[in-house]
Amino acid sequence: MGLLSLAIWVPIAFGAALLAFGRDEHAKGVRWVALVGAIVSFLVTVPLFMRFQNGTAAMQFVEKTSWISRFNVNYHLGIDGMSLWLVLLTSFITVVVVISAWEVITERVNQYMGAFLILSGFMIGVFSALDGILFYVFFEATLIPMYLIIGIWGGPNKIYAAFKFFLYTLLGSLLMLVALIFLYNKSGGSFDILSWHKLPLGSTAQTFLFFAFFAAFAVKVPMWPVHTWLPDVHVEAPTGGSAVLAAVMLKLGAYGFLRFSMPIAPDASHEWAWLMIALSLIAVIYVGLVALVQQDMKKLVAYSSVAHMGFVTLGFFIFNELGVSGGIVQMIAHGFVSGAMFLGIGVLYDRVHSRQIADYGGVVNTMPKFAAFALLFAMANCGLPGTAGFVGEWMVILGAVKANFWIGLGAATALIFGAAYTLWMYKRVYLGPVANDHVKELKDINAREFLMLSLLAIAVLWMGLYPKPFTDAMDASVVELLRHVAISKLPV
Amino acid sequence: MIDKLSWVTIYPEIVLLVMACIIALVDLSDTSPRRTRTYILTLLTLAAVAVLTGLAAVGGKTSYGFGGMVVSDSMGNWLKCFASLALMVTLVYGRPYAADREMLRGGELFTISMLALLGMFVMIGGSNFLLIYLGLELLTLSSYALVALRRDNAVASEAAMKYFVLGAMASGFLLYGLSMMYGATGSLDLNEVFKAISTGKVNHQVLVFGLVFIVAGLAFKVGAAPFHMWVPDVYQGAPTAVTLLIGAAPELAAFGIIIRLLVDGLQPLAIDWQQMLAVLAIASLVVGNLAAIAQSNLKRMLAYSTIAQMGFMLLGLVAGSDQQGTQNAQAAYSASMFYVITYVLTTLASFGIILLLAREGFESEEITDLAGLNQRSPLYAGVMAIAMFSLAGLPPLVGFYAKLAVLQALIASGAAIYIGLAVFAVIMSLIGAFYYLRVVKVMYFDAPVTATTVSASFDVRTVLTINGALILILGVLPGGLMTLCYDAIAATLAH
Repeated sequence: MGLLSLAIWVPIAFGAALLAFGRDEHAKGVRWVALVGAIVSFLVTVPLFMRFQNGTAAMQFVEKTSWISRFNVNYHLGIDGMSLWLVLLTSFITVVVVISAWEVITERVNQYMGAFLILSGFMIGVFSALDGILFYVFFEATLIPMYLIIGIWGGPNKIYAAFKFFLYTLLGSLLMLVALIFLYNKSGGSFDILSWHKLPLGSTAQTFLFFAFFAAFAVKVPMWPVHTWLPDVHVEAPTGGSAVLAAVMLKLGAYGFLRFSMPIAPDASHEWAWLMIALSLIAVIYVGLVALVQQDMKKLVAYSSVAHMGFVTLGFFIFNELGVSGGIVQMIAHGFVSGAMFLGIGVLYDRVHSRQIADYGGVVNTMPKFAAFALLFAMANCGLPGTAGFVGEWMVILGAVKANFWIGLGAATALIFGAAYTLWMYKRVYLGPVANDHVKELKDINAREFLMLSLLAIAVLWMGLYPKPFTDAMDASVVELLRHVAISKLPV
Repeated sequence: MIDKLSWVTIYPEIVLLVMACIIALVDLSDTSPRRTRTYILTLLTLAAVAVLTGLAAVGGKTSYGFGGMVVSDSMGNWLKCFASLALMVTLVYGRPYAADREMLRGGELFTISMLALLGMFVMIGGSNFLLIYLGLELLTLSSYALVALRRDNAVASEAAMKYFVLGAMASGFLLYGLSMMYGATGSLDLNEVFKAISTGKVNHQVLVFGLVFIVAGLAFKVGAAPFHMWVPDVYQGAPTAVTLLIGAAPELAAFGIIIRLLVDGLQPLAIDWQQMLAVLAIASLVVGNLAAIAQSNLKRMLAYSTIAQMGFMLLGLVAGSDQQGTQNAQAAYSASMFYVITYVLTTLASFGIILLLAREGFESEEITDLAGLNQRSPLYAGVMAIAMFSLAGLPPLVGFYAKLAVLQALIASGAAIYIGLAVFAVIMSLIGAFYYLRVVKVMYFDAPVTATTVSASFDVRTVLTINGALILILGVLPGGLMTLCYDAIAATLAH
């Protein structure tokens, strides 16, 4: 079994074992098994980074065996510089989420932990699949645990949110399935994604494919105007669910653009780039403004996620190296930062059972340690230099200015809005005098929460101060991708 | 390879008939309320028949018997094998339910269901209009009797009445169509009919006229819209054990008869019947999926879901256009076959859960009766969830590959209209996902009405667990079953 297989199946095996044998009577044991499972899964992915060869765009750690011979579907795995960090991010966030749920989840602990571990395996599967059907299977399978996570452990309006999440994303992916089968037939019976990159396609076919993929990935990212499911889901989902959703699941969509839309339909991508850029800019500017008026902390961070993901798609579709690498860096950074923001809100929610900004004020007086962490993450969310948030945004803006000054200018306004809504929220929740009795009785974070937040803080600072390993690893792959996209696939 | 009296070709049928008689006799001496002896004997017989047909299918040879009246080929034998297994599972799930409702007292359930299976076998193995019709009537007459098994129950009697009237009409349609075919071609033998039509010398108008009746009759039998009206009433009205009996195994036989009649016999008219099937498929997808959303009765919802699923299955038959060569037709028909087999597997699991939850005097028919099942029994909630997600076509469950295979067959034909059909089917299955999800929602998100845990006897629990696991395992490794279907269809098309 190769490393990637281990990275996928170790968490799934642990999760399945928890589902089968875990009981609420042994909640303590269940938590420890889940933690061990998450840590082992993370450790399995570390060698991927250690042994990764920089400077080549070729797929690494490739595994390939026949799976469904009737359709020439292969169990084909491999990662390049674009997927490496997403795999690591996934396994890392899973560890944090397991820690975050430790005392919070008391009912059906085994199902909660099991769902997250299985979800983690599925998501790593998405990032490492090189076969169209394998990709689709993992991509869709993630819906099942997430649906259950939202529906079982969610808030009062959880059922509406769970259905909305499921049906929205399912619609997108079903159209992608049609596109995948179309490509299979066009390529003479192959589901190999890399071979599709070289497949000549006419302009009608490319447009069809581009929009079929767009349906799947734009909903997942989510891009404006199909983003409306995200705030609803975030508000209702349990803390861990929100964290994984924002940190990893949204990246499945962005990753899809890189792996499918751009290289498979390059001409259509160029032709429709204006649309992608326009939608991204609307997400960045308009949704940023929407975030400004939110009363609910989770909703605010959810809208901020939409805005930040707008940066990612903007970076991709300006087709220069800075933009694309910036987009990928932003994906990772947003994974750490939004995960941290949601977990932070979870910390407050566990104590006060409210997410309304108005119910807080002066938290810094009673929870100084926590407020310090929150400040760091808030700064990262605004894109302060030295934090993870800065690197990606800066690269994308630079890339955008190179392509077109006005696009760059539009993107740059996001920094202002981002700073505005984040800092304003920070001020209203943490600063000032103690607002009410609830806040007065707050206890500062315990060792478990401290550990969880420090892990994320380290990641945010590391990426902010020393982003070189991230960009080095993805460099060759990005250059290769752009080279691909630059060549027209239209038959002459 | 036609020899006059080739008993070997109907080996399983003979075993089945003899054993049905023996079991009827044994049952006279078995007075236990749960009919343990009869039950075990029936299961053993079905297992034996499944093994016999399975072995014949692995051999894969096609042989004719009785002057070409019956055919024993790989596809037919696999369908027979799976139908026997499906009936076995049905009886395992259904026995406690039937025993609680005193439906086992006369012992008819086992005997009649075996006769129904015999009917299916004859349908699947018939190579002659007459024989196919005989098989079909044996199956449907047995089904009417089974639906009416609870004589004192007004709902069941009404369902039986509706079933009988509409079923008789469908049989009439079919018979009328077959007789027109006979009139036009001068033969009842499928191969002769095929040859006669291929020559192109037969009056096309008469053929198409007959075809319309045949397709309408078949549509009645599989429950495709707009001939679906009996399905929800009968599914809901019949005792649940019987609902499963007429909803699972017979679908395999219905697929078999479609292949025999339309492909084996009337392939040269494919362009005509495919258009009709396409209309039926579209109507079924729309009616089934939209009506299912409005249902609060679980059995009724599953009935509409059946209509929708059968619509999807028909799309596979539509996709096998002859102009693209046999390769394409093989892929398309085998996609349908795979679809039916996996559908039966999933239906068994979902009705198994309903039967399990139905206690004395409490039918567990409403969707809300499943509320909080996850708290009461995570295992059974898991099995039901797997079944629902599979029916919705979500990977990594087997229902996904069934839909994938059909969509692939549609898109492979390359025609824009077929790609449009695929997109339409996909959107319809999105609507379908809603009501399947609602079942999962009720089980996992709602609070339980009662706190009692669900208990099941050892055999039910084991089979139900295996059933659920198979949906998942075949979802992870669907290759084997797909190849099986493909080879079976290839063998059937080859002769």
